[in-house]
Amino acid sequence: MKKILIAATAAMLVTGAGLFGASAADKLKVGFIYIGPVGDLGWTYQHDLARQAMVKEFGDKVETTFLENVSEGPDSERSIEQLARAGNKLIFTTSFGYMEPTLKVAKKYPNVHFEHATGYKRDKNMSTYSGRFYEGRYIQGIIAAKMSKSGVLGYIASFPIPEVISGINATILGAQTINPNIKIKIIWANTWFDPGKEADAAKALLDQGADIIMQHTDSPAAMQVAAERGKLAFGQDSEMIKFGPRAQLTSIMNNWGPYYVERVKAELDGTWKSEDFWGGLKSKLVVMAPYTNMPDDVKKLAMETEAAITEGKLQPFKCPIVGQDGKEVECKGGTHLDDGQVLGMNFYVKGIDDKIPGK
Amino acid sequence: MGLIEAIILAVLAASTPLLLAATGELVTERSGVLNLGVEGMMIVGAACGFGGAWLSGSIIVGALCGIVAGVLMSLIFALMTLGLAVNQVAAGLALTILGVGLSGLIGARFVGERITPAPKLRIPGLTDIPLIGRIFFGEDAFVYLSLALVGGVWFFLYKTRPGLILRAAGDNHASAHALGYPVLKIRMLSVMFGGACAGLAGAYLPLAYTPFFIPGMTAGRGWIALALVVFASWLPGRLIIGAYLFGAVTILQLHAQGWGIGIPSQFMSALPYLATVIVLVLISRARTGGSTAPAALGTVFVPDR
Repeated sequence: MKKILIAATAAMLVTGAGLFGASAADKLKVGFIYIGPVGDLGWTYQHDLARQAMVKEFGDKVETTFLENVSEGPDSERSIEQLARAGNKLIFTTSFGYMEPTLKVAKKYPNVHFEHATGYKRDKNMSTYSGRFYEGRYIQGIIAAKMSKSGVLGYIASFPIPEVISGINATILGAQTINPNIKIKIIWANTWFDPGKEADAAKALLDQGADIIMQHTDSPAAMQVAAERGKLAFGQDSEMIKFGPRAQLTSIMNNWGPYYVERVKAELDGTWKSEDFWGGLKSKLVVMAPYTNMPDDVKKLAMETEAAITEGKLQPFKCPIVGQDGKEVECKGGTHLDDGQVLGMNFYVKGIDDKIPGK
Repeated sequence: MGLIEAIILAVLAASTPLLLAATGELVTERSGVLNLGVEGMMIVGAACGFGGAWLSGSIIVGALCGIVAGVLMSLIFALMTLGLAVNQVAAGLALTILGVGLSGLIGARFVGERITPAPKLRIPGLTDIPLIGRIFFGEDAFVYLSLALVGGVWFFLYKTRPGLILRAAGDNHASAHALGYPVLKIRMLSVMFGGACAGLAGAYLPLAYTPFFIPGMTAGRGWIALALVVFASWLPGRLIIGAYLFGAVTILQLHAQGWGIGIPSQFMSALPYLATVIVLVLISRARTGGSTAPAALGTVFVPDR
């Protein structure tokens, strides 16, 4: 039975190739694996906007396929392999949890190039790319400390992975430059996407005295709760001002478009090679939404900070960085923590009165 | 507003969609049909409910759209399992997968739109009563409707003749059939009621809970509703306890994190499910004489003429 199925599939593929032979040979097939639905208005939405921008750039030269709502972990391996088998030559897997499955499929398909977002494992046909979102978080920390009346910030976190922890640390480091005694309350939702739970977490934080909501989860639910309660919040991944016209201070927007264009161009030119790209404000992978709902002096300070980080004059993780235990963290980058330390961050800095779950 | 009051209000809102969906499923299962498609019916209810409210500007129209969508989805299930005698488990799972896809399609044009959420009740005099006013008279109407619905279902199942016949169909379809009761018709109506409740539960999310539509926004609540029916051992009264317990643990674990209680958050996120398992064990130990499930639950019935 299995053999018949394989034969049938092969026959279908052959006929398919016959039908579309001419165009398929000319077009570069590019595949995408998404963690959420393209309409999540957050993480996946931004990846898909970037895909569309890339298609617009290359027009007929590329053909894209995306699979949405692909769960992280071993299950995603089948989806990635499916794209590889369907003739995609370049495959973007856009969530941290796809790291091992992507690596596995990459070993199996040496002639296909893979791009894994936010991970740290590479191979000769597997690149990694990510954003220095902590740069934006540092600016948000400064704004939050300026705008908070209660001196308590509310932070909705997803999973205790380095990217999220470095975001929390950058926030408090930024906030401490304004108010050394600033407090931060952290709630782990243990999900990237559950609007109801994100809203409940935002309510809990506000009920406990936080007056600024920041989030590392993907839906605009928390923004909407803040708006309803007349409090302030930061958007996440994309522009969320629509959900809180009087609440959104700014939002860290993930602008993957230029990177996708660059990598597809390299693939078309035959110059693709395995790399590790980590872009921030400077490379415009991280873009700040307009600074709104704040007085002019705060806005000015935010823009100056943004400019300083962009020009490299200001490093969010400037040494000395002091951990919760009061000891200084080793400064591998000379004047600031090096990329490896940020990418593998698994400690809270001094001033956070909480513990990383599971530590 | 006191913190305790705030927590109770959050628990009410978080529990309501679970209670609505579970009530519908309880009736469906009591008639002998296991519909695992609650999540699918809910998410389609959410998409249609939001769409209806957005296009018409009325929360009531939205809620009705959600109900109708849930019923239509349940009719697909009824056609498969009652009409064609397909395996109920497989058909239910298929319904969920269908619903998730369909809701994305229906909801695509509503993503990013906003509506004014269902208003909180405001009854002069009553809502202003200190301590209890906001809780008993100050949430949105869905909260109180869900409680009334459970009461209605209890009354129907245990105090009316049609309710007795429905339970008979679920416990022994052959006997019910032999007595001349239209088993398939009873089951179809029960499945439709389950669909209506699931559709309304789904619609509650974008109409009152988080007033926007995003694909996948039910985030597994349909599955929790299914577990609640078992948790309640198919008794409507226990459904209220189960739903509110589940809601309370969910909200309290968020607050516990905010207070910085040093328990790993992963453990606290798992607590509601752990509580379900513990209660299940307690229930099954406390009862002798086997399961309390409807005896014919999940079995296909083809009447012989």
